[in-house]
Amino acid sequence: MIKATIKPLEEIRSMLAPFRRVLTVGCGGCVSLCLAGGMKEARELNIKLRALQEQGSESVFDDITVERQCEQQFLAALDARVEKYDALISLACGAGVQFLAERFPAKPVFPGVNTQFVGITRDIGWYEERCKTCGDCVLGLTAGICPVTMCSKSLFNGPCGGPQDGHCEVDPDTSCAWIAIYERLQRQGRLDSIAHVMPARQWQGQIPGRILHPRYRDRYVQEDT
Amino acid sequence: MKSGSRLERILKSGRFALTGELGPPRGADADAVRVKARHLCGMVDAVNITDNQTAVVRMSSLGACLIAMREGLEPVYQMVCRDRNRIAMQSDILGAAALGVRNILCLSGDHQCFGDHPNCKKVFDLDSMQLISMVKAMRDEARFQGGAEITAPPRMFIGAAANPFAEPHAFRVMRLAKKIAAGADVVQTQCVYNMERFRAWMAQARDMGLTEKAYILAGVTPLKSLGMARYMQKNVPGMDVPDELIKRLQGVEKKDQAKEGITICCEQIQQLREMKGLAGIHLMAIEWEHRVPEIVQKAGLLPRPEPEPEQP
Ligand code: SF4
Repeated sequence: MIKATIKPLEEIRSMLAPFRRVLTVGCGGCVSLCLAGGMKEARELNIKLRALQEQGSESVFDDITVERQCEQQFLAALDARVEKYDALISLACGAGVQFLAERFPAKPVFPGVNTQFVGITRDIGWYEERCKTCGDCVLGLTAGICPVTMCSKSLFNGPCGGPQDGHCEVDPDTSCAWIAIYERLQRQGRLDSIAHVMPARQWQGQIPGRILHPRYRDRYVQEDT
Repeated sequence: MKSGSRLERILKSGRFALTGELGPPRGADADAVRVKARHLCGMVDAVNITDNQTAVVRMSSLGACLIAMREGLEPVYQMVCRDRNRIAMQSDILGAAALGVRNILCLSGDHQCFGDHPNCKKVFDLDSMQLISMVKAMRDEARFQGGAEITAPPRMFIGAAANPFAEPHAFRVMRLAKKIAAGADVVQTQCVYNMERFRAWMAQARDMGLTEKAYILAGVTPLKSLGMARYMQKNVPGMDVPDELIKRLQGVEKKDQAKEGITICCEQIQQLREMKGLAGIHLMAIEWEHRVPEIVQKAGLLPRPEPEPEQP
């Protein structure tokens, strides 16, 4: 899932400085599971923002959390509410922030979190990156370990000459992805899957705003007109 | 002939090759390159011109290649995958070839976090293996990576690097085989200090017939001091400096350590020359170019051969 971290309070405060009535919009999806942008975090953020207010300030910080900000139907719930606010702060991932901003183009929308990566939850609060969403998965060849994400140099024909005691040359706290790939393939008796040169990648997703299944889009657009 | 480079001609004639290394300066100072180049002239058959090594910005390899060439050296154009995508790489390869560069060394490159711009965006569009394949296809099939035809293909002698001492040990010869299959004509190794392990790796390479398919040059770096030896042992990833060498340097006074380092280096070169299947030495005297003549002289590698000109 997508993992995010809340932005520094000072940064949020300075973005909001010109606005008096602010609605913080939490998201019940990924960011809520990684404790960055759900209902609890939205409330906490507002408590902190209120506490930082100057004496006599009449600023308003309200909050609302929708099921997921990346889905149209859930954003619709906000339509009646946003009118009375000067600005919105979205605690969703970058996709959610943009979808919210698109729905209310007259309102300034600010991000409240930094979207970090697609990753896993090892334990509560312990998240690790796993996927760069490169659009052309090679995990079948590399024993379920992603060379694009997990190798510091995104090598397709590793390991480079640098690993030391199983760790990446770049950072002794990171294990070398290619040593892990090698060892797991060896264990499975599948070393032949990295015996050949993996050819240059045809990188996908170089055009912005890609659409999956555009035929669905076409159908919906047709229905609307 | 694949490239007609001096290095290729020497290796092809079966003579023991010697290449050097030259690091470009951190400024637009052509004289800095010339001074280093003059130390190496006549001492080595070709010189690697490094490409922003350790991810620290320096004069471009190609720029320094040209200056070195004008000083009478044959350059090996080093190219790393960290900073350029395949469009920039291919275009630079064409430019280098047009300017008369005939050797290229294809490397992945040190990660940017080691250098002076740690938060730059890394590229790694290709890895070193894929870069080798690309250069080979450009040269032999007159084809760009994207498939289009090249009107005048670049003639490049393709170099690669190998580290016999890195983990996983069992995979190291396999990786060498992959690089050769990808198109490496010549392979230079990480600095050899552990002769025993290097010998074992060479034996494996010979058994797999790899020394017949590509020329292998053993990397050699003279130790300037005990401090340097310790640093290499502890801090340089993938480097194997045995304790005996450290002890040996400990045994001499500080002022004599450089001399001892050169003696060790010459002994290593002697041992390497006797190793079956080894085609030459790649001497990396890091910021010590001025000592190269002395080392080459003492190691008995002079005079350097004058290879036959390429038959038209
Ligand atoms: S040490 Fe391993 S993870 Fe690090 S860059 Fe080299 S191959 Fe990649």
